[in-house]
Amino acid sequence: MTSSTQPARTRTQIPWSQHRLLPVGSRVVFEGKMLNYKNNWKGSLVSSVLEPVLFLAAMGISLGALVDQAGRLDQGVDYLVFLAPGLLAATAMQTATFESTYPIMGALKWHKTFEGILSTPIKVRDLVNGHLLFILCRLVTTLAVFLAVMAAFGALELPVGFLALPAAVLTGLAFAAPVSAFAAWVKNDAGFAALLRFGIVPMFLFSGTFFPVDQLPVILQPVAYATPLWHGVSLTRGLSLGDLDPVLALVNVTYLVVLALLGVWLANRQFDKRLVI
Amino acid sequence: MTEPSFLTVDERRAAGEADEPVVVADGPRADELVWARGLSKKFGDFTAVDGIDISVRRGEAFGFLGPNGAGKSSTMRMIGAVSPATDGRLRILGRDPGTDGPAIRARLGVVPQTDNLDQELTVRENLLIYGRYFGIPRAQIRTRAAELLDFVQLTDRADDLVEPLSGGMKRRLTIARSLINEPELLLLDEPTTGLDPQARHALWDRLFRLKQRGVTLVLTTHYMDEAEQLCDRLVVMDKGRIAAEGSPAELIGTYSTREVLELRFVTGENEAHAEGLADLADRIEVLPDRLLLYTDNGDAAATAVVERGVRPASVLVRRSSLEDVFLRLTGRSLVD
Repeated sequence: MTSSTQPARTRTQIPWSQHRLLPVGSRVVFEGKMLNYKNNWKGSLVSSVLEPVLFLAAMGISLGALVDQAGRLDQGVDYLVFLAPGLLAATAMQTATFESTYPIMGALKWHKTFEGILSTPIKVRDLVNGHLLFILCRLVTTLAVFLAVMAAFGALELPVGFLALPAAVLTGLAFAAPVSAFAAWVKNDAGFAALLRFGIVPMFLFSGTFFPVDQLPVILQPVAYATPLWHGVSLTRGLSLGDLDPVLALVNVTYLVVLALLGVWLANRQFDKRLVI
Repeated sequence: MTEPSFLTVDERRAAGEADEPVVVADGPRADELVWARGLSKKFGDFTAVDGIDISVRRGEAFGFLGPNGAGKSSTMRMIGAVSPATDGRLRILGRDPGTDGPAIRARLGVVPQTDNLDQELTVRENLLIYGRYFGIPRAQIRTRAAELLDFVQLTDRADDLVEPLSGGMKRRLTIARSLINEPELLLLDEPTTGLDPQARHALWDRLFRLKQRGVTLVLTTHYMDEAEQLCDRLVVMDKGRIAAEGSPAELIGTYSTREVLELRFVTGENEAHAEGLADLADRIEVLPDRLLLYTDNGDAAATAVVERGVRPASVLVRRSSLEDVFLRLTGRSLVD
């Protein structure tokens, strides 16, 4: 130990003015999330390959054989080909929801790492943007793997089917932002159980992933059409099968974009309420 | 920006109004890194900080002493430019945290009350990413991180995860992290609460070295020994207000006597004995477990007590401490 170990006098840090640039802050927050992710990417890669394989094999091929015996779908494709884009959109929902619940509550409440970050020049909106940037990255990689598995199963119309990727990513973002706001709003993780039970799981089952919504009782159909996942599935499936209805697609995109932007606004508001007190 | 008197020195310079450091009648002087007037913080109906005035000069070690709930942490968070003041005026490094938060935070180091390290990262990674939040280039952070790990004696744990580290090690890492941007002003909120005596002394030693290098320290504590060890000047806070201000020695001189005679009796007899002994001391304090006689000569008072035929279970003469100051000011023990 010598007195030279901590030079307190040299001033080499970046001048203040540069800290005011928004992109720098969110990029650095993103960098932090990636550093964190680096330690557990292996597990998440395995599950992002394994899950679509299992689902497509079980539901698409096995159950699909039964469905196809009973008669063709309206779209005139195998059940596997119908199901795959639905699962793609649902995976986007699940990935985004997972990354926006426990990690947010952990950083806000359990480990208070957000508090630590906000003691630096980083601002609340950098936290929100950096977090969403990370989820964007997670969505692109996870869903690209999913698409590759779909292609391997022959469940993808090539090359047009790859357009389903941006559609599914948009679906994920439409969940990530509002769910982040929700995670910063609820007091404890009991709120997440409720979100899964009353939101995510019913959407997964009834919003068109496994069967067209017109199979539902008439009274429930409007509810299903109002869910964000239905809009995501509709857009993703349209692009994947190459039978996109442009007007419907415009409605889907608008819905998802508005939801994502509303979510960003809410997340900023809610983070601010929790952190700047 | 409204009246000229509200401008800081920096702002005046920027406006071309002054070439030399100017003394602004109603604002911080150039060497006052923290300056608050009538600073208040309310949470709903609860007033955590109730109109306090503070000045911390460059190079000083300044302390907030007070029990839990006195408003120390709320004050620290306002000084840290993370919590907006409800009322009053505050300047940190000559700037207004309401408008220049990020610019101020770029030059602060913060050690929060509870460690908020990233448990899933290694010791070194915690420093690397924290430096990035200040916009410092990676290569520079790496060099600095190595120096800081050496400074807090964690070099051999550099590549271990944070989670299994001891409380003292985590605390030292938090201090290293707070220094990654070479701050001018270091804020420490109860730096040694919950640490064992050895860890506390190790930490005090590091803080003392920083002070010697000219880093301005602002800390909160509810330990008088910590305040006496580290602080050049301190304020005693109670219920959101400042009860007294000065150096530890000044405070003891003003609010207490040189020595204290502590007498313990059988439970319940304290009150009864207090009346008979009151004339032996400048002041007498009745605590649940003992009597405190404030006097400049403790031994003489002890002799006088015995001469009166009073037989306490134990007798102790000691020097006055900040605890006595606090007791005098608030009528309560500091740590309860």
